[in-house]
Amino acid sequence: MATYSTNEFKSGLKVMLEGDPCTILENEFVKPGKGQAFNRVKLRNLKTNRVWEKTFKSGDSIEGADVIDRDMQYLYNDGEFFHFMEPENFEQHQASSATVGDAALWLREQDTCTVTLYNGAPLAVSPPNFVELEIVQTEPGIRGDTATGGTKPARLSTGATVKVPLFVNEGEIIKCDTRSGEYVSRVKS
Amino acid sequence: MPTRPAWQASAPLANLRRRAEIVARIRAYFTAQGLLEVDTPQLCPATVTDPQLESLAVAGYGYLQTSPEYAMKRLLAAGSGSIWQIAHVFRGNEFGRRHNPEFSLLEWYRVAFTPEELMAEVATVARLALGELGCVSHRYRDLFRQHLALDPLTCSSAALRAAARAHADPAFDDADRDTWLELLMSAVIEPHLGRDELCFVVDYPPSQAALARLRSDADGQPVAARFELYFRGVELANGYHELLDGGEQRSRFAADLRRRNELGLPAVAIDEDFLAAIDSGLPDCSGVALGLDRLVMLALGAESLQEVLPFPFARR
Repeated sequence: MATYSTNEFKSGLKVMLEGDPCTILENEFVKPGKGQAFNRVKLRNLKTNRVWEKTFKSGDSIEGADVIDRDMQYLYNDGEFFHFMEPENFEQHQASSATVGDAALWLREQDTCTVTLYNGAPLAVSPPNFVELEIVQTEPGIRGDTATGGTKPARLSTGATVKVPLFVNEGEIIKCDTRSGEYVSRVKS
Repeated sequence: MPTRPAWQASAPLANLRRRAEIVARIRAYFTAQGLLEVDTPQLCPATVTDPQLESLAVAGYGYLQTSPEYAMKRLLAAGSGSIWQIAHVFRGNEFGRRHNPEFSLLEWYRVAFTPEELMAEVATVARLALGELGCVSHRYRDLFRQHLALDPLTCSSAALRAAARAHADPAFDDADRDTWLELLMSAVIEPHLGRDELCFVVDYPPSQAALARLRSDADGQPVAARFELYFRGVELANGYHELLDGGEQRSRFAADLRRRNELGLPAVAIDEDFLAAIDSGLPDCSGVALGLDRLVMLALGAESLQEVLPFPFARR
């Protein structure tokens, strides 16, 4: 793997720090008048998702991380592992529930999601920013109530629960933002 | 901020007008004080030895200057009297909100001034841009005692390392004493300096003297006769009671070159004309270099140099 000097640091660069793959979020050059210059760097540890702040001596180098994002089709969950497939070469990858995390709440079989591979193995799974899913359970709707702004919980076919407006009914398809976990709109079927 | 086409200035024209007003006030001040305005070369055969400064080499010619200091001291040694200039200078690999590889230094030398007299004048010049402001002065040593409960002149390197690990999350374990001091200064102390007034830091450790002479502080500790000015946590100026001893200057250059070799940095040509000028006799003087772009940035309440430079260097 290539090494990167602090001069090449920029947001999105994937590097190894203390044995874990990280992505650089921010990089600021600082110099105390005369003397040694530093780079104050904010990184997200891709294994733990924790954000680190670290100070490097300017000019120091660290190893790049073999981390790539791939669009993959979600196939199925066998009870222990989630299975994904690369659409170009039909190569399959399996990921544990811990790796998939909360993304599992939004994954529908056959849908495309982003799988982050570290040294070729899944490290994290991100659902699409927007998904369209069926409501499998919610209180009956109040006809015509589109103005009061009240909400109620609704459970979706994939397991997520979102707050929806009172007029939305079981069996309807809704569009959700997976980053905020919020209802966006009804989808006309 | 709305995005402009790439060919247009990154600084709004209104900011460039404010910059021109500030420069006009500075020029009027130095003219009224009777200092000679000089214009020394940016391209010279030799350059600074400081391992922490990267000079940009120009094949067949030498180097773009990181500061006009050596050339100005040659003029002082030749009997120019007090001099000033605004010089474009170049430092490799310095990119950031407060760094551009090409920037402007307002640099001046006052014959027979003590550092204290020069600091008073630096405050006067800073106020030309920043308006009426109070002024305080702290010893480097007292700042470390106050913010870190450490004596930077006498404590162990291990204590500095422990403090750095506690406060600054270094991604490295191994560093020399000055690197730990500089890390603590930039990460812990600088953000507190000059919040509401101009703030001078004085009496630096002797190892950070650069081109300043050494003296004893009020407690009898040897310190560098060097000062820095900060405002709103931004370093604005660096000044010295200038070293007059050619032998001492030579040995500092030699130590720099040894350090460059240890760090695997390119060797640079020592400025023999500068050393010969010091040997022939530099008048007793104090000098200072003030970051003009940063001064304008602070005067305008801007957050980055991009807001005050028409065309900051853009890496491609």
